[in-house]
Amino acid sequence: MSELAGDSDVVASSGPGRRLSAFLFRHRRLQLGGLLAGPIGWLAIAYLGSLAVLFLTSLWRLDPFSGKVIHDYGLQNFEELASNPVYRTITIRTVGTAAAVTAACALIAFPIAYYMARIATDRTRRLLVIAVLMPLWASYLVKVYAWQILFQRDGLLDWLLSPFGLSSPFEISGTAEWKQYAAVWITFTYLWLPYMILPVYAGLERIPSSLLEASSDLGGRSGTTFRRVVLPLAFPAVVAGSIFTFSLTLGDYITPQLVSSTQFIGNVVYANVGIANNLPFAAAYATVPVAIMVVYLVVARRLGAFEHV
Amino acid sequence: MTPLPEPVPDVRLQGITKRYGDVLAVDAIDLEIAQGEFFTMLGPSGSGKTTTLRMIAGFEVPDEGTIELAGEDVSRQPPFDRPVNTVFQDYALFPHMTVEQNVEYGLAVKRVAKAERRARASEALEMVRLGGYGGRKPSQLSGGQRQRVALARAIVNRPKVLLLDEPLGALDLKLRQEMQIELKRIQQEVGITFVYVTHDQEEALTMSDRIAVFNRGRVEQVGPPAVVYEHPRSEFIADFVGVSNVIERGGRRYTVRPEKIHVLGDGDAPQPGARVEEGVVHDVQYVGPVTRYHVTLDGGGELQVLSQNLEETSSEVLASQGRRVRLQWRPEQEAVIVEREEERV
Repeated sequence: MSELAGDSDVVASSGPGRRLSAFLFRHRRLQLGGLLAGPIGWLAIAYLGSLAVLFLTSLWRLDPFSGKVIHDYGLQNFEELASNPVYRTITIRTVGTAAAVTAACALIAFPIAYYMARIATDRTRRLLVIAVLMPLWASYLVKVYAWQILFQRDGLLDWLLSPFGLSSPFEISGTAEWKQYAAVWITFTYLWLPYMILPVYAGLERIPSSLLEASSDLGGRSGTTFRRVVLPLAFPAVVAGSIFTFSLTLGDYITPQLVSSTQFIGNVVYANVGIANNLPFAAAYATVPVAIMVVYLVVARRLGAFEHV
Repeated sequence: MTPLPEPVPDVRLQGITKRYGDVLAVDAIDLEIAQGEFFTMLGPSGSGKTTTLRMIAGFEVPDEGTIELAGEDVSRQPPFDRPVNTVFQDYALFPHMTVEQNVEYGLAVKRVAKAERRARASEALEMVRLGGYGGRKPSQLSGGQRQRVALARAIVNRPKVLLLDEPLGALDLKLRQEMQIELKRIQQEVGITFVYVTHDQEEALTMSDRIAVFNRGRVEQVGPPAVVYEHPRSEFIADFVGVSNVIERGGRRYTVRPEKIHVLGDGDAPQPGARVEEGVVHDVQYVGPVTRYHVTLDGGGELQVLSQNLEETSSEVLASQGRRVRLQWRPEQEAVIVEREEERV
């Protein structure tokens, strides 16, 4: 027995794998570096690198006659974006829709998340988590097309409402622009809702129930407790969710294309990459959502969204 | 020391019962707590003491029985309407508020004017020796300081009764002993009735005017610390409040506290009228100021003896292992066990 143990010791200490493990154990920084080199390299090259290229490209310009990219640096693309009312309108439309979608998601998500986190039994909570996650398993396109079928002329909504002499309040193409915005708004709100519910649910679940008891012990009724304790403590989670809903809406171009005939920033970028072949202008317009998100995150930070997380 | 029972007690529990599914957490408890009393509910975890406290606070609704506060039946009242405040085990300070905002919370909710709020909050913070800490966030405080803020946040509302749920449980021994003295001082200063939950018998003995010992959802004994300690009614209490030290002689079961037993020297004659037992020391523990002897008695049973190390050195003490000894104590130090553990299930 002791001989066996001795043998295995010798094998263990002399094996190359063992020796490497021992070496790395003594050199923790090296171990950490080895583990993180891949992911951090990927992040630096594929993500930050491409972002830098995007910024550079946005400063170039397209020669209108030859259709070739001229590698001079200048702000002409951004000047065009700021001065041309068409692009101004599209920017405002995109940001406004993102804000409206975020607000709608927050309003719908909060009660659901609150019920899941604080009221539901374990069983119901599990079922609800699955129910919230389930739409994410289905293809994005399938879901948007489903909404298209609902909203389109003589679509499901029209068919359902026609016996009452009514027509759908939504429109995919037509003269009433607000009907198209409504269709885009509803579709986005549906698509991104899980991204709001899950962080808010996690945030609400983290609030110790003793804090709610303390509030009611100190004389706070349910409304007061909600306003003064639950809401401020859940606020960072709502902001976390809003980062998803806001940025996902800013960057999307398929939904506006399928459930409306209006243009969002993404549609203009897409058209400039593919059809117009004006890569510098596309790059310039694509930096706008990035800049908006930077401002958004700074404001969120100012609001204390990243404190006591 | 113990206040005389008054016609209307601050807290009166009558037949309070609470079940969780099949588990009987609190089993028909009756208690009366007098105005200004420091009352401790002592018991092991799961004995029902915290559930009882939470029912007084209003976080739990009793299945049966009534709760009266100063003569008023509050059994069906929600926590925010009851004239009581709680110091939570985990302090439950609002992390997004400053210390001052935490302390002012109860007053702000009740729409007390800002100037008065400020004055009372700073007065409460002074009382717990945290004057000048109002602007900090709870996360910037130590455990002991948080505990004090929780206390200030509760007493600033001048409740009829202050409920404390193992408030010192998370502190280390030294800080806990300091806070015990501090809590007692504050209680005497404000004159509020304290209902204190703990599983620490020393804490209970140190601070309380009266102790209720909880076991399996029932109160086994209520009385001043000295009575509970020296005359435990049940074997459970003898064991939980101290060490068990129960022996049976002539069909009578009784307990003697270890420090009341003396080890007789070889030539010493026992005092007249004293009880004497002979036995063998089978274990000796040297604990600094005292030594603990475990003695197996010839007449059956085992006793622990606590003896002060006034003259003896540690090596002399430890050498007594395995020796035959004679023990003596005065009969009035014996406490007859009224209830036996097995009788009540």
